[in-house]
Amino acid sequence: MIRMLSVCIAMLFAGSLIAADVKFDDPQKQERYEQLINELRCLVCQNQTIADSNAELALDLRNKVAELIEGGKSDAEIVDYLTARYGDFVLYRPPVQPNTLLLWAGPFLLLLVAGIVLVFTVRRRAQLADSDEESIS
Amino acid sequence: MTPELGHFALIMALGLAVLQSVLGLAGAYRNDIAWMQTSRTVAAGQFAFTLIAFTVLTAAFLGNDFSLLYVAQNSNTALPWPYRIAAVWGAHEGSLLLWILVLAGWTLAVVLRANRLPENFAARVIGVLGLISVGFLLFTLFTSNPFERLEIPPLNGRDLNPILQDPALAIHPPLLYFGYVGFAVPFAFALAALIGAEKDVAWARAVRPWTALAWLFLTVGITLGSWWAYYELGWGGWWFWDPVENASFMPWLIGTALIHSLAVTEKRGAFISWTVLLAIAAFSLSLLGTFLVRSGVLVSVHAFATDPARGVFILAFLATVVGGALVLYAIRAPQLPAGGGFKPWSRETFLLVNNVLLTVAAGAVLLGTLYPLFLDALNLGKISVGPPYFNAVFVPLMLLVLAAIAFGPITNWKRDDWRANVRTLKLPLVLSVAGIVVAIAITWGRGGVIVAIGTWLALWAIFAAFAEPVMRLRHRRDAGALKRIPLSSWGMSIAHFGLGISALGIVAVSAYGFERDAALVPGGDAVDFGGYSWQLEGLRNIRGSNFEGEEASLQVRRDGELLTTLQPQKRMYTTQRAAMTEAGIDARLDRDLYAALGEPLGDDAWSVRLQVKPLVRFIWLGGLLMALGGGIAAFDRRYRKPLKESVAATAAERAGANA
Amino acid sequence: MSWRFAIPLVVVIALVAAFWRGLFLNPGEVPSPLIGKPVPEFSLPTLHDPALTFSSDNLKGQISLLNVFGTWCPGCHDEHPLLVEWSKSPPYGVPVYGLNWAMHQPSERAAAIKWLQRVGNPYAAIGYDESGAVIMDWGVYGAPETFLIDAQGRVRLKHVGVLTEEVVQNKIVPAIERLRAEEKQ
Repeated sequence: MIRMLSVCIAMLFAGSLIAADVKFDDPQKQERYEQLINELRCLVCQNQTIADSNAELALDLRNKVAELIEGGKSDAEIVDYLTARYGDFVLYRPPVQPNTLLLWAGPFLLLLVAGIVLVFTVRRRAQLADSDEESIS
Repeated sequence: MTPELGHFALIMALGLAVLQSVLGLAGAYRNDIAWMQTSRTVAAGQFAFTLIAFTVLTAAFLGNDFSLLYVAQNSNTALPWPYRIAAVWGAHEGSLLLWILVLAGWTLAVVLRANRLPENFAARVIGVLGLISVGFLLFTLFTSNPFERLEIPPLNGRDLNPILQDPALAIHPPLLYFGYVGFAVPFAFALAALIGAEKDVAWARAVRPWTALAWLFLTVGITLGSWWAYYELGWGGWWFWDPVENASFMPWLIGTALIHSLAVTEKRGAFISWTVLLAIAAFSLSLLGTFLVRSGVLVSVHAFATDPARGVFILAFLATVVGGALVLYAIRAPQLPAGGGFKPWSRETFLLVNNVLLTVAAGAVLLGTLYPLFLDALNLGKISVGPPYFNAVFVPLMLLVLAAIAFGPITNWKRDDWRANVRTLKLPLVLSVAGIVVAIAITWGRGGVIVAIGTWLALWAIFAAFAEPVMRLRHRRDAGALKRIPLSSWGMSIAHFGLGISALGIVAVSAYGFERDAALVPGGDAVDFGGYSWQLEGLRNIRGSNFEGEEASLQVRRDGELLTTLQPQKRMYTTQRAAMTEAGIDARLDRDLYAALGEPLGDDAWSVRLQVKPLVRFIWLGGLLMALGGGIAAFDRRYRKPLKESVAATAAERAGANA
Repeated sequence: MSWRFAIPLVVVIALVAAFWRGLFLNPGEVPSPLIGKPVPEFSLPTLHDPALTFSSDNLKGQISLLNVFGTWCPGCHDEHPLLVEWSKSPPYGVPVYGLNWAMHQPSERAAAIKWLQRVGNPYAAIGYDESGAVIMDWGVYGAPETFLIDAQGRVRLKHVGVLTEEVVQNKIVPAIERLRAEEKQ
């Protein structure tokens, strides 16, 4: 494990091999490819996307993604293919499902709650300001 | 023999820190002037011994004393001497010693200015800071002693991690620590206010410059880290939402909210419990960062070597400090004065909005960073949370901040006329709309509606940044008017301007850049993209004191004319057997041209990553401007006056605002 | 109204509890989504004789172990003696099959054959995965990894990393016993 980590740190700074090995004629497919590989996590060097990682497995995964795109699979199908093998861990964009509802809804709920508190606070302070003025006059 | 001196000095420092805490806190409780005064001297003594320990360790590195385990693990005779100094904080044990030194330094600074504060209050602040020092010293002495000896010293060390053999990254930890640790000062002030159940908010005025200075260092530290990642890591990115990046960003967000909340507390005596809570939160998040990096709880490239014993200790420390502070908060906060009222359209409201947005942003980042851990701890699955989540959640909040940032500075305290304020902002509005039209024209509308909105809001923040000083000039146009604008006003405007600049840079580089990975052959065909022509001219071998490698010569042309030759390198550091890339960058304010070497592909070809990055320098320029603004504001005349005088001034201001 | 001042404290207590639990977890370990599912269908040439086949059919009909290895993998060398021990007297007669991950090295086949000749061959059969496609179907992300498969051909356990005595005694063997108990019902 430690060896793995030091190999990955070494590879982190070794620059990227990346998509020099894959190119699509169709720009739409190229864009889909680049979007996908930038949202998939490398399982070996776990702090990088498979786009940036130099690990062999990352190369294999990039090729697989390209192969699936060429084969006409949709983005959702490609994601399913990978999560069937590696689980949700491989996705940097967490899927929206029961165990991530709190994650995706959380910030919005926080904002909502904070907003309500804000409104109440401003109202209360406005009343205070009114009563200040009354007591002065 | 000498390294033992360092160990001894640390033990002395621990003893003094304990004494400092007892004398400070108990002295304030007993109203014992002698004890309280002595606590200051003891604090100075603690700093002295910590400095001795740090100096001894540094000397060991400079002198290549490999009998010390820590030196053997992180240094090497081939390592250039400036990096031998940087190696002192290059790994866990030494970086802890740096933490302790910086904390002792901030404590000393507070002691030197303590005469401006009421005696009991100052003693409590020093006492709380002492307790934190005790915790860190115990941690270091029991689990992470940098002065541990090797029975058989090796002939040479393992060398400093090549990542850290870089000027920017060498200085990045100290700057960050000055920031993180600096938040201990507002934390201590807040606790002192709670302990003493202070009815007077003079402490809020006193702590503002400290907070601004700590925030300033954190801003520079984060900016530097981002810039380093950009030119060193070879992928042209500048922020990855990595857990430890987030660990530095959360205290920054809360620290920003704290600075603004302190303004309200100082000026209007309001939001005291919020300010206290933010001060506790800022330092707690700093401690959380320390925990995350050293405990192995999250996967991060920043992580130091982890050890369960250390993780347990830091967690216990975190729980004690934060838990203790929050227990105190729960008990004492209800007794804090509530402060005055204000109308819905007032500066107070805008600052409240600002704080809400920043706090929610920090909360969202915290949620995303810790969520995988929560799920795993509850056995509910294993997921990853990365940039797609953070960008989706953070960007909308920041857009709201950019929208609101123009209004706060120009709105009066307590109540103002919204029509007058909107009129003041007419010019920024016109300029920003003109700006977005130009931007859309230049970029052919790339990126769509969201990008256009982001660009417009960034421009809006930029053009509105100096509205407040300008407003002051509008009222009195005599010669002295410019000079009468307080430093705090300039500082605020420059900092807000900096935020707009950063935002503009972020939008531009994210939406309007170009990227291509190409296989290039020396002397072969050029690649055309992004409006430029890129050609690999040649490759040569290079050698440094502890590395060897290859350097490419890449020519970039526009319309046939040679603009620049980029020289990306691929280095292999011999001792650690690690490869590093040095990107070739042509830096200009309006755009960077970026090239990084990948791998040799066979047949002389190399894979090269090429990028055009418009306005990317704005990101870090903005960061530096924000820090500059904070620094300028910290030196406002108000804070340099003795506190008693300035307390009277605040009271007069408040009375005037109420009338 | 003053109970709201205790909210931050409650939140922090929950966080600390989560962190405490987290100290004893491994954040980098990726659990396998294959657990409980049938083995991925595959068919590979065997290592020693490419004319022969090793396929998912071999893994049906009895409890078995599948060990992913490569000569380039230091951990595989470390755990090898244990596998050889296992093959000499397999607990409950459970065989070990091998999946040789070539990692795009064309020389791996020859290297593996030579290595196994030198250190002993514990595998009942070995599949040679030249392209890495089967490796990916099994969700393998490093070597060594070892899978436990039940008699119906379903994946029931995955161990990531080197096999040690401790892992064998405390994780693998009890799991085999559970599978056998299941079969009897």
